[in-house]
Amino acid sequence: MIGIIDYGAGNIRSLGNALERLGKPFFVSQDVNELQRADKLILPGVGEARSAIESLDRVGLLQWLTTVRVPFLGICIGMQILFEHSDERDTACLGIVPGRVARFDDTKLKVPHMGWNRVNLKAQSALFEGIRDGEFFYFVHSFGAPLVPDTIGATEYGQQFSSAVQHENFYGVQFHAEKSGNAGLHLLRNFVELC
Amino acid sequence: MLTKRIIPCLDVKDGRTVKGTKFVDLRDAGDPVELAARYSDEGADELVFLDISASQEARKTFLSLVERIARAIQIPFTVGGGISTVDDVMHALDAGADKVSLNTAIVLRPDFLLEASTAVGSQSIVAAIDAKRSSNGWGVWIKGGLEETSLDAIAWARETVRLGAGELLVTSMDTDGTKEGYDLELLRTISECTRVPLIASGGAGTKEHVRDAITLGKADAVLAASIFHYQQISLSEIKEYLQKNNIPVRI
Repeated sequence: MIGIIDYGAGNIRSLGNALERLGKPFFVSQDVNELQRADKLILPGVGEARSAIESLDRVGLLQWLTTVRVPFLGICIGMQILFEHSDERDTACLGIVPGRVARFDDTKLKVPHMGWNRVNLKAQSALFEGIRDGEFFYFVHSFGAPLVPDTIGATEYGQQFSSAVQHENFYGVQFHAEKSGNAGLHLLRNFVELC
Repeated sequence: MLTKRIIPCLDVKDGRTVKGTKFVDLRDAGDPVELAARYSDEGADELVFLDISASQEARKTFLSLVERIARAIQIPFTVGGGISTVDDVMHALDAGADKVSLNTAIVLRPDFLLEASTAVGSQSIVAAIDAKRSSNGWGVWIKGGLEETSLDAIAWARETVRLGAGELLVTSMDTDGTKEGYDLELLRTISECTRVPLIASGGAGTKEHVRDAITLGKADAVLAASIFHYQQISLSEIKEYLQKNNIPVRI
Protein backbone atom coordinates (compact mmCIF):
# COMPACT_ATOMS: atom_id res chain seq x y z
CA MET A 1 0.00 0.00 0.00
CA ILE A 2 1.06 3.63 -0.51
CA GLY A 3 2.19 5.41 2.62
CA ILE A 4 1.70 9.16 2.73
CA ILE A 5 4.16 10.71 5.13
CA ASP A 6 2.35 13.10 7.45
CA TYR A 7 4.61 15.58 9.19
CA GLY A 8 1.93 18.15 9.81
CA ALA A 9 2.85 20.43 6.95
CA GLY A 10 1.60 18.97 3.71
CA ASN A 11 -1.69 19.31 1.93
CA ILE A 12 -2.52 15.67 2.54
CA ARG A 13 -6.18 15.89 1.73
CA SER A 14 -5.53 16.93 -1.89
CA LEU A 15 -3.11 14.08 -2.39
CA GLY A 16 -5.54 11.66 -0.77
CA ASN A 17 -8.34 12.90 -3.01
CA ALA A 18 -6.14 12.33 -6.07
CA LEU A 19 -5.21 8.79 -5.01
CA GLU A 20 -8.85 8.04 -4.25
CA ARG A 21 -9.77 9.21 -7.71
CA LEU A 22 -7.16 6.80 -9.11
CA GLY A 23 -8.54 4.01 -6.93
CA LYS A 24 -5.20 3.52 -5.20
CA PRO A 25 -5.38 2.56 -1.51
CA PHE A 26 -3.15 4.51 0.86
CA PHE A 27 -2.60 5.26 4.50
CA VAL A 28 -1.33 8.38 6.23
CA SER A 29 1.21 8.11 9.01
CA GLN A 30 4.18 9.69 10.75
CA ASP A 31 5.13 6.43 12.49
CA VAL A 32 8.30 4.90 11.11
CA ASN A 33 7.12 1.36 11.97
CA GLU A 34 3.97 1.81 9.92
CA LEU A 35 5.71 3.60 7.06
CA GLN A 36 8.29 0.82 6.79
CA ARG A 37 5.50 -1.48 5.67
CA ALA A 38 4.54 0.74 2.72
CA ASP A 39 5.61 -0.40 -0.73
CA LYS A 40 5.53 3.19 -2.03
CA LEU A 41 6.05 6.42 -0.11
CA ILE A 42 4.89 9.93 -0.90
CA LEU A 43 6.09 13.03 0.93
CA PRO A 44 3.75 15.91 0.12
CA GLY A 45 4.59 19.41 1.10
CA VAL A 46 3.68 23.02 1.19
CA GLY A 47 5.32 25.67 3.31
CA GLU A 48 9.05 25.92 3.72
CA ALA A 49 12.12 23.70 3.85
CA ARG A 50 13.30 24.51 7.34
CA SER A 51 10.00 23.69 9.05
CA ALA A 52 9.64 20.54 6.94
CA ILE A 53 13.10 19.32 7.97
CA GLU A 54 12.46 20.21 11.61
CA SER A 55 9.06 18.48 11.62
CA LEU A 56 10.51 15.33 10.04
CA ASP A 57 13.29 15.36 12.60
CA ARG A 58 10.87 15.85 15.47
CA VAL A 59 8.81 12.79 14.49
CA GLY A 60 11.99 10.76 13.99
CA LEU A 61 11.73 10.33 10.21
CA LEU A 62 14.60 12.47 8.96
CA GLN A 63 17.45 9.96 9.13
CA TRP A 64 15.21 7.06 8.16
CA LEU A 65 14.16 8.77 4.90
CA THR A 66 17.67 8.54 3.46
CA THR A 67 17.63 4.77 3.99
CA VAL A 68 14.32 4.14 2.21
CA ARG A 69 14.56 1.44 -0.48
CA VAL A 70 11.00 1.54 -1.86
CA PRO A 71 9.98 4.08 -4.54
CA PHE A 72 9.69 7.48 -2.90
CA LEU A 73 8.02 10.58 -4.35
CA GLY A 74 8.60 14.02 -2.84
CA ILE A 75 6.23 16.77 -3.93
CA CYS A 76 7.07 20.51 -3.82
CA ILE A 77 8.99 20.99 -0.54
CA GLY A 78 9.13 17.20 -0.51
CA MET A 79 11.30 17.44 -3.63
CA GLN A 80 13.40 20.38 -2.44
CA ILE A 81 14.52 18.61 0.71
CA LEU A 82 16.00 15.80 -1.41
CA PHE A 83 18.75 18.30 -2.31
CA GLU A 84 21.79 19.04 -0.17
CA HIS A 85 20.82 22.46 1.00
CA SER A 86 18.08 25.09 0.79
CA ASP A 87 18.75 28.80 1.06
CA GLU A 88 15.33 29.02 2.72
CA ARG A 89 16.52 29.90 6.21
CA ASP A 90 19.88 28.27 5.38
CA THR A 91 18.67 24.71 5.83
CA ALA A 92 20.69 21.52 5.50
CA CYS A 93 18.59 18.95 3.63
CA LEU A 94 18.78 15.22 2.89
CA GLY A 95 21.57 15.35 0.31
CA ILE A 96 20.18 12.55 -1.86
CA VAL A 97 20.40 14.83 -4.90
CA PRO A 98 23.39 17.21 -5.20
CA GLY A 99 22.88 20.97 -5.28
CA ARG A 100 21.50 23.98 -3.48
CA VAL A 101 17.93 25.24 -3.69
CA ALA A 102 17.89 29.04 -4.09
CA ARG A 103 15.28 31.78 -3.98
CA PHE A 104 13.95 33.20 -7.25
CA ASP A 105 15.15 36.70 -7.94
CA ASP A 106 12.18 38.85 -6.95
CA THR A 107 13.80 41.98 -8.31
CA LYS A 108 13.12 40.52 -11.77
CA LEU A 109 10.26 38.08 -11.22
CA LYS A 110 7.00 37.86 -9.38
CA VAL A 111 7.52 35.48 -6.49
CA PRO A 112 6.05 32.96 -5.75
CA HIS A 113 6.22 31.29 -9.15
CA MET A 114 2.53 30.50 -9.17
CA GLY A 115 0.50 28.86 -11.90
CA TRP A 116 0.75 26.42 -14.79
CA ASN A 117 4.10 26.00 -16.50
CA ARG A 118 5.67 23.50 -18.86
CA VAL A 119 7.89 20.63 -17.82
CA ASN A 120 10.47 19.81 -20.49
CA LEU A 121 11.71 16.26 -20.22
CA LYS A 122 15.47 15.90 -19.79
CA ALA A 123 15.86 12.17 -19.27
CA GLN A 124 13.85 9.00 -19.63
CA SER A 125 11.86 8.15 -16.51
CA ALA A 126 8.90 5.90 -15.81
CA LEU A 127 7.41 8.83 -13.89
CA PHE A 128 6.67 10.64 -17.18
CA GLU A 129 5.69 7.58 -19.23
CA GLY A 130 2.98 8.62 -21.71
CA ILE A 131 3.19 12.31 -20.72
CA ARG A 132 4.07 14.70 -23.53
CA ASP A 133 7.26 16.73 -23.45
CA GLY A 134 6.29 20.24 -22.37
CA GLU A 135 3.13 19.22 -20.52
CA PHE A 136 1.68 21.79 -18.11
CA PHE A 137 1.74 21.28 -14.36
CA TYR A 138 0.73 23.54 -11.48
CA PHE A 139 3.47 25.24 -9.47
CA VAL A 140 3.54 27.31 -6.29
CA HIS A 141 6.99 27.99 -4.88
CA SER A 142 9.46 30.74 -4.13
CA PHE A 143 12.65 28.65 -4.22
CA GLY A 144 13.98 26.74 -7.20
CA ALA A 145 16.28 23.73 -7.49
CA PRO A 146 19.28 23.82 -9.87
CA LEU A 147 19.69 21.65 -12.94
CA VAL A 148 21.75 18.61 -11.91
CA PRO A 149 22.59 15.20 -13.40
CA ASP A 150 19.51 13.81 -11.59
CA THR A 151 17.19 16.30 -13.33
CA ILE A 152 14.52 14.52 -15.38
CA GLY A 153 12.31 17.56 -16.00
CA ALA A 154 13.16 21.26 -16.32
CA THR A 155 11.01 24.38 -16.27
CA GLU A 156 11.73 27.98 -17.17
CA TYR A 157 10.95 30.86 -14.83
CA GLY A 158 13.50 33.60 -15.34
CA GLN A 159 15.99 30.74 -15.43
CA GLN A 160 15.82 26.98 -15.92
CA PHE A 161 15.24 25.01 -12.75
CA SER A 162 14.69 21.35 -11.89
CA SER A 163 10.98 20.61 -11.87
CA ALA A 164 11.48 16.85 -11.61
CA VAL A 165 14.39 14.76 -10.37
CA GLN A 166 15.17 11.10 -9.95
CA HIS A 167 18.01 9.49 -8.03
CA GLU A 168 17.64 5.70 -7.94
CA ASN A 169 14.37 5.06 -6.06
CA PHE A 170 13.94 8.70 -5.05
CA TYR A 171 11.67 10.80 -7.27
CA GLY A 172 10.80 14.42 -6.74
CA VAL A 173 8.51 16.89 -8.48
CA GLN A 174 8.42 20.60 -7.75
CA PHE A 175 4.88 21.01 -9.10
CA HIS A 176 1.74 19.88 -7.32
CA ALA A 177 0.88 16.72 -9.23
CA GLU A 178 -2.20 16.34 -7.03
CA LYS A 179 -3.47 19.69 -8.32
CA SER A 180 -2.38 19.43 -11.94
CA GLY A 181 -5.55 18.08 -13.49
CA ASN A 182 -5.36 15.02 -15.73
CA ALA A 183 -1.62 15.36 -16.34
CA GLY A 184 -1.01 15.28 -12.60
CA LEU A 185 -3.20 12.22 -12.15
CA HIS A 186 -1.34 10.53 -14.99
CA LEU A 187 1.98 11.16 -13.27
CA LEU A 188 0.72 9.89 -9.91
CA ARG A 189 -0.62 6.77 -11.61
CA ASN A 190 2.79 6.27 -13.22
CA PHE A 191 4.45 6.52 -9.84
CA VAL A 192 2.11 3.99 -8.31
CA GLU A 193 2.07 1.54 -11.22
CA LEU A 194 5.42 1.89 -12.99
CA CYS A 195 8.04 3.17 -10.57
CA MET B 1 7.11 30.00 -19.64
CA LEU B 2 4.57 30.63 -16.94
CA THR B 3 1.10 30.83 -18.44
CA LYS B 4 -1.56 33.41 -17.64
CA ARG B 5 -4.40 31.91 -15.65
CA ILE B 6 -8.10 32.09 -16.35
CA ILE B 7 -10.07 31.78 -13.13
CA PRO B 8 -13.84 31.41 -13.05
CA CYS B 9 -15.27 32.80 -9.82
CA LEU B 10 -18.31 31.36 -8.12
CA ASP B 11 -20.15 33.45 -5.55
CA VAL B 12 -21.92 31.01 -3.27
CA LYS B 13 -24.93 31.86 -1.15
CA ASP B 14 -26.63 29.17 0.91
CA GLY B 15 -25.08 26.44 -1.21
CA ARG B 16 -25.97 27.89 -4.63
CA THR B 17 -23.92 29.89 -7.10
CA VAL B 18 -25.21 33.42 -7.56
CA LYS B 19 -24.06 36.44 -9.52
CA GLY B 20 -25.04 40.06 -9.16
CA THR B 21 -24.23 43.36 -10.77
CA LYS B 22 -22.15 45.89 -8.87
CA PHE B 23 -22.38 43.70 -5.77
CA VAL B 24 -26.22 43.59 -5.67
CA ASP B 25 -29.18 42.09 -7.59
CA LEU B 26 -28.32 38.40 -7.19
CA ARG B 27 -29.34 35.78 -9.75
CA ASP B 28 -29.11 32.01 -9.39
CA ALA B 29 -26.33 30.50 -11.50
CA GLY B 30 -26.35 26.82 -10.57
CA ASP B 31 -24.84 24.14 -8.32
CA PRO B 32 -21.26 25.07 -7.35
CA VAL B 33 -19.84 21.53 -7.48
CA GLU B 34 -21.38 20.89 -10.89
CA LEU B 35 -20.10 24.21 -12.20
CA ALA B 36 -16.66 23.58 -10.70
CA ALA B 37 -16.36 20.21 -12.43
CA ARG B 38 -17.54 21.71 -15.70
CA TYR B 39 -15.03 24.56 -15.57
CA SER B 40 -12.24 22.18 -14.62
CA ASP B 41 -13.05 19.97 -17.63
CA GLU B 42 -13.23 23.00 -19.91
CA GLY B 43 -9.72 24.10 -18.98
CA ALA B 44 -10.09 26.51 -16.06
CA ASP B 45 -6.67 27.03 -14.50
CA GLU B 46 -7.99 27.63 -11.01
CA LEU B 47 -11.30 28.40 -9.34
CA VAL B 48 -12.39 30.87 -6.69
CA PHE B 49 -15.38 30.33 -4.42
CA LEU B 50 -16.64 33.25 -2.40
CA ASP B 51 -19.11 32.53 0.36
CA ILE B 52 -21.46 35.46 0.49
CA SER B 53 -23.84 33.92 3.02
CA ALA B 54 -24.12 35.93 6.15
CA SER B 55 -24.90 33.44 8.93
CA GLN B 56 -22.65 31.10 10.90
CA GLU B 57 -24.75 28.03 9.98
CA ALA B 58 -24.34 28.80 6.32
CA ARG B 59 -20.59 29.00 6.85
CA LYS B 60 -20.49 25.44 8.18
CA THR B 61 -22.44 24.31 5.13
CA PHE B 62 -19.84 26.10 3.04
CA LEU B 63 -17.01 24.06 4.57
CA SER B 64 -18.72 20.82 3.64
CA LEU B 65 -19.17 22.26 0.16
CA VAL B 66 -15.42 22.94 0.06
CA GLU B 67 -14.80 19.27 0.87
CA ARG B 68 -17.11 18.18 -1.95
CA ILE B 69 -15.39 20.55 -4.37
CA ALA B 70 -11.96 19.21 -3.39
CA ARG B 71 -13.09 15.69 -4.21
CA ALA B 72 -14.70 16.73 -7.49
CA ILE B 73 -11.87 18.70 -9.08
CA GLN B 74 -8.12 18.27 -9.43
CA ILE B 75 -7.10 21.89 -9.95
CA PRO B 76 -6.26 24.52 -7.35
CA PHE B 77 -9.00 26.58 -5.77
CA THR B 78 -9.30 29.50 -3.43
CA VAL B 79 -12.09 30.12 -0.97
CA GLY B 80 -13.10 33.37 0.64
CA GLY B 81 -15.91 35.17 2.38
CA GLY B 82 -16.11 35.87 6.08
CA ILE B 83 -12.74 34.33 6.96
CA SER B 84 -11.59 36.26 10.00
CA THR B 85 -9.46 34.04 12.23
CA VAL B 86 -6.44 31.78 11.79
CA ASP B 87 -8.75 28.90 12.72
CA ASP B 88 -11.06 29.82 9.83
CA VAL B 89 -8.03 29.73 7.53
CA MET B 90 -6.96 26.32 8.83
CA HIS B 91 -10.47 24.90 8.48
CA ALA B 92 -10.73 26.03 4.87
CA LEU B 93 -7.33 24.56 3.97
CA ASP B 94 -8.03 21.37 5.89
CA ALA B 95 -11.28 21.01 3.96
CA GLY B 96 -9.20 20.92 0.78
CA ALA B 97 -8.88 24.53 -0.39
CA ASP B 98 -5.43 25.55 -1.62
CA LYS B 99 -5.68 29.20 -0.75
CA VAL B 100 -7.89 31.52 1.21
CA SER B 101 -8.92 34.97 0.13
CA LEU B 102 -8.98 37.55 2.93
CA ASN B 103 -10.70 40.88 2.62
CA THR B 104 -12.67 42.75 5.28
CA ALA B 105 -11.00 41.06 8.27
CA ILE B 106 -7.48 42.11 7.26
CA VAL B 107 -8.58 45.70 6.73
CA LEU B 108 -10.14 45.78 10.18
CA ARG B 109 -7.15 44.02 11.75
CA PRO B 110 -4.03 43.92 9.53
CA ASP B 111 -2.19 41.76 12.10
CA PHE B 112 -4.53 38.94 11.12
CA LEU B 113 -2.90 38.87 7.69
CA LEU B 114 0.53 38.53 9.26
CA GLU B 115 -0.70 35.79 11.61
CA ALA B 116 -2.36 33.88 8.79
CA SER B 117 0.60 34.09 6.41
CA THR B 118 2.97 33.06 9.19
CA ALA B 119 0.76 30.10 10.11
CA VAL B 120 0.19 28.64 6.65
CA GLY B 121 2.69 30.41 4.39
CA SER B 122 2.20 33.24 1.92
CA GLN B 123 1.49 30.82 -0.93
CA SER B 124 -1.91 30.08 0.59
CA ILE B 125 -2.91 33.68 1.33
CA VAL B 126 -4.67 35.89 -1.19
CA ALA B 127 -5.37 39.48 -0.22
CA ALA B 128 -8.63 40.55 -1.87
CA ILE B 129 -9.09 44.26 -2.38
CA ASP B 130 -12.38 45.87 -3.42
CA ALA B 131 -11.42 49.20 -4.94
CA LYS B 132 -13.57 52.08 -6.07
CA ARG B 133 -12.49 55.22 -7.84
CA SER B 134 -12.44 58.38 -5.73
CA SER B 135 -11.45 61.96 -6.39
CA ASN B 136 -7.76 61.10 -6.00
CA GLY B 137 -7.19 57.47 -6.97
CA TRP B 138 -8.99 54.45 -5.58
CA GLY B 139 -10.42 53.82 -2.14
CA VAL B 140 -10.75 50.46 -0.39
CA TRP B 141 -14.25 49.25 0.42
CA ILE B 142 -15.15 46.42 2.77
CA LYS B 143 -18.08 44.26 3.84
CA GLY B 144 -18.93 43.26 0.30
CA GLY B 145 -18.71 46.79 -0.98
CA LEU B 146 -21.06 48.30 1.57
CA GLU B 147 -18.61 50.29 3.63
CA GLU B 148 -15.97 52.77 2.58
CA THR B 149 -12.65 52.93 4.43
CA SER B 150 -10.00 55.62 4.61
CA LEU B 151 -7.46 53.35 2.89
CA ASP B 152 -5.92 54.06 -0.49
CA ALA B 153 -6.09 50.90 -2.62
CA ILE B 154 -2.55 51.18 -4.01
CA ALA B 155 -0.97 51.76 -0.61
CA TRP B 156 -3.07 48.98 0.90
CA ALA B 157 -2.02 46.54 -1.84
CA ARG B 158 1.64 47.18 -1.02
CA GLU B 159 0.95 46.83 2.69
CA THR B 160 -0.79 43.44 2.25
CA VAL B 161 2.28 42.13 0.43
CA ARG B 162 4.49 43.36 3.25
CA LEU B 163 2.25 41.51 5.71
CA GLY B 164 2.58 38.26 3.80
CA ALA B 165 -0.03 38.12 1.05
CA GLY B 166 1.23 35.76 -1.66
CA GLU B 167 -1.19 36.97 -4.28
CA LEU B 168 -3.54 39.91 -4.85
CA LEU B 169 -7.12 39.71 -6.06
CA VAL B 170 -8.11 43.20 -7.13
CA THR B 171 -11.75 43.90 -7.91
CA SER B 172 -12.91 47.18 -9.32
CA MET B 173 -16.32 47.96 -7.87
CA ASP B 174 -16.87 50.47 -10.65
CA THR B 175 -16.63 47.84 -13.37
CA ASP B 176 -17.74 44.69 -11.54
CA GLY B 177 -20.65 42.99 -13.26
CA THR B 178 -20.91 45.66 -15.95
CA LYS B 179 -19.22 43.59 -18.67
CA GLU B 180 -17.60 46.79 -19.89
CA GLY B 181 -14.02 45.78 -19.17
CA TYR B 182 -11.60 45.75 -16.26
CA ASP B 183 -10.26 48.92 -14.65
CA LEU B 184 -6.92 48.68 -16.47
CA GLU B 185 -5.34 51.67 -14.80
CA LEU B 186 -6.05 50.27 -11.35
CA LEU B 187 -4.59 46.90 -12.31
CA ARG B 188 -1.49 48.28 -13.95
CA THR B 189 -0.75 50.63 -11.08
CA ILE B 190 -0.91 47.82 -8.53
CA SER B 191 0.91 45.28 -10.69
CA GLU B 192 3.81 47.64 -11.25
CA CYS B 193 4.34 48.42 -7.58
CA THR B 194 4.03 44.92 -6.11
CA ARG B 195 6.03 41.73 -6.65
CA VAL B 196 3.40 39.04 -6.16
CA PRO B 197 0.94 37.68 -8.74
CA LEU B 198 -2.08 39.84 -9.48
CA ILE B 199 -5.54 38.52 -10.30
CA ALA B 200 -7.72 41.00 -12.18
CA SER B 201 -11.40 41.05 -11.30
CA GLY B 202 -14.50 42.98 -12.19
CA GLY B 203 -15.87 43.83 -15.58
CA ALA B 204 -15.09 41.05 -18.05
CA GLY B 205 -17.59 41.01 -20.88
CA THR B 206 -15.56 40.03 -23.92
CA LYS B 207 -12.36 38.15 -24.71
CA GLU B 208 -10.75 41.46 -25.63
CA HIS B 209 -11.33 42.59 -22.05
CA VAL B 210 -9.49 39.54 -20.78
CA ARG B 211 -6.60 40.18 -23.16
CA ASP B 212 -6.41 43.84 -22.14
CA ALA B 213 -6.28 42.95 -18.43
CA ILE B 214 -3.15 40.93 -19.18
CA THR B 215 -1.42 43.11 -21.76
CA LEU B 216 -2.43 46.58 -20.53
CA GLY B 217 -3.39 45.84 -16.93
CA LYS B 218 -0.31 43.60 -16.47
CA ALA B 219 -2.35 41.02 -14.61
CA ASP B 220 -0.99 37.51 -14.09
CA ALA B 221 -4.44 35.98 -13.96
CA VAL B 222 -7.96 37.05 -14.78
CA LEU B 223 -11.04 36.24 -12.82
CA ALA B 224 -14.51 36.31 -14.27
CA ALA B 225 -17.92 35.06 -13.33
CA SER B 226 -20.91 35.99 -15.39
CA ILE B 227 -19.40 35.48 -18.83
CA PHE B 228 -18.78 31.85 -17.91
CA HIS B 229 -21.89 31.09 -15.85
CA TYR B 230 -24.27 32.05 -18.61
CA GLN B 231 -22.02 30.48 -21.25
CA GLN B 232 -21.62 33.66 -23.22
CA ILE B 233 -18.00 32.82 -23.98
CA SER B 234 -16.33 29.48 -23.36
CA LEU B 235 -13.04 29.11 -21.56
CA SER B 236 -11.48 27.46 -24.60
CA GLU B 237 -12.62 30.33 -26.83
CA ILE B 238 -10.89 32.82 -24.54
CA LYS B 239 -7.73 30.76 -24.30
CA GLU B 240 -7.47 30.26 -28.05
CA TYR B 241 -7.95 33.98 -28.52
CA LEU B 242 -5.22 34.78 -26.00
CA GLN B 243 -2.86 32.32 -27.65
CA LYS B 244 -3.46 34.00 -31.01
CA ASN B 245 -2.50 37.24 -29.31
CA ASN B 246 0.82 35.73 -28.18
CA ILE B 247 -0.20 35.39 -24.56
CA PRO B 248 1.01 32.10 -23.02
CA VAL B 249 -1.91 29.96 -21.86
CA ARG B 250 -2.38 26.33 -20.92
CA ILE B 251 -4.17 24.55 -23.77
